[in-house]
Amino acid sequence: MIRDITLGQYYPAKSIIHQLDPRVKLVTTMVYIVSLFVAKGISGYLIATLFLAMVVKMSKVPFGYITKGLKAIIMILLITVVFNLFLVDGDIVLWRFGFLRITDKGVRTAVFMAIRLIYLIIGSSIMTLTTTPNDLTDGLEKLLGPLKKIHVPVHEIAMMMSIALRFIPILLEETDKIMKAQIARGADFETGNLIQKARAMVPLLVPLFISAFRRANDLAMAMEARCYHGGDGRTKMKPLHYESRDKTAYAVVWGYLLLVIAANYVGGLYAIQLL
Amino acid sequence: MIRAKELTFDYERLDEEGNVESKKRAVDHVNLHIRPGKFIAILGHNGSGKSTLAKHINAILTPTEGTLWVDGMDTSEDDKLWKIRQDAGMVFQNPDNQIIGTVVEEDVGFGPENLGVPTDEIWRRVEESLSAVGMLKYRHHSPNKLSGGQKQRVAIAGVMAMHPRCIVLDEPTAMLDPNGRASVIRTARKLNQEEGITIILITHYMEEVVEADHVFVMDNGKVVMEGNPREIFSRVEELKRLRLDVPQATLLAYELKKKGFPLPDGILNNEELVERLCQLKSKM
Repeated sequence: MIRDITLGQYYPAKSIIHQLDPRVKLVTTMVYIVSLFVAKGISGYLIATLFLAMVVKMSKVPFGYITKGLKAIIMILLITVVFNLFLVDGDIVLWRFGFLRITDKGVRTAVFMAIRLIYLIIGSSIMTLTTTPNDLTDGLEKLLGPLKKIHVPVHEIAMMMSIALRFIPILLEETDKIMKAQIARGADFETGNLIQKARAMVPLLVPLFISAFRRANDLAMAMEARCYHGGDGRTKMKPLHYESRDKTAYAVVWGYLLLVIAANYVGGLYAIQLL
Repeated sequence: MIRAKELTFDYERLDEEGNVESKKRAVDHVNLHIRPGKFIAILGHNGSGKSTLAKHINAILTPTEGTLWVDGMDTSEDDKLWKIRQDAGMVFQNPDNQIIGTVVEEDVGFGPENLGVPTDEIWRRVEESLSAVGMLKYRHHSPNKLSGGQKQRVAIAGVMAMHPRCIVLDEPTAMLDPNGRASVIRTARKLNQEEGITIILITHYMEEVVEADHVFVMDNGKVVMEGNPREIFSRVEELKRLRLDVPQATLLAYELKKKGFPLPDGILNNEELVERLCQLKSKM
């Protein structure tokens, strides 16, 4: 039902990846994305594939579940591939039709671009699938901690994120209720063209907004009543600690990045030899 | 524990330039004294000023005139604010809008986290408060999947974890079904008896005040009646005038007495009424 929706689609399982500190997973995802753009040759992508396969295997999340996320980007993927395929200039022309032509370089860029995008989505899906939204916010707060020095309200941002997560199911339920109430009074959300449908949303959105503001007001009062006064002097019920497995994970990740960079040079030398 | 002297509060309606357009007096020269360890009920119909009074105890509102002391601390002094809020916890009406955490135990830990309690101590307090309200087995649940009564008990545990001396419950049962209502009131009663916490229950359900040590009845911002439940319930006509529902047993006893049956004033519940009627029958 509508109540069971979780943001980020957390997939509960007991795996090493699930148990890792959220900070490790955030950093790993960033490093992985960087590595995808650093890699230039086939060897680099081979290493990236192996690394991804290893993490997917360790996460115990079914592969089919992970690739669900790819459906959303199929259009973007196609557009990127088509543009790269037809518009990148290369030395050897493989096919020509008017101003359109496919070159060796075009094929290469298109394929690599597609791989990059797919790996990027899979990589970040693994992070959200194996980390609860709460852990994610905690990790983000801790990682961005140094930004407090330049007056970025890191704690407040993290608090807002976790409150938003808490209220998503409540507001969804409320939307459902208001919708039914308006349908009972003859509102029509189904028929009509796009503009009529958009207009039909007004009697849904107005009460929803009013109620959201009222809830926000109540919640702020309840938080103040429980002595909430920002992040200063606050302790944590579940503080983040690096375990030895987190340190190992960091070592693996940085090792992986070095390997990808090294592969560029080795691959480059190999290419020169071929020439 | 709590003392109010000539406490007055006006809600001000401001126009666009920030000038006071109109005033509405919500609490009108209230004097009261609440001793520690008592179970106090404040009764009144909607708009009688009872919730406004409750918000003063937690220093969410500060008086326009007069003074309110919580444990000897004046609520209008800013530097005592957090101490007052820790000392006098508050549970609100809507169970959804006062739970902050996405997991039950995290929500209970929110108060102690704000107070800067060390991590180990937070865990100890969370466990202790959840078991005090009988919600320990739900500690890993999401609050969204609990019933209204359970959510209110979690909210009470959240306040308990701050180790207050007094808990103000502002119509905690208004949005609950009868089962949830009974469980919340039972929990409040238990905390009062076993932990010695002063409970201030604000409500418009007469049934809930039967067990209180002392009852204040409010109307139009003023305290109009005061006394133990028996004294209050014997004044049926007055309560009716204040638009408060008298419990059925009390009402029946009152009507019987008017018809000439020698029943005492202020019968509180069915059991008592049955007993009295049986005594009457055996005498006849």
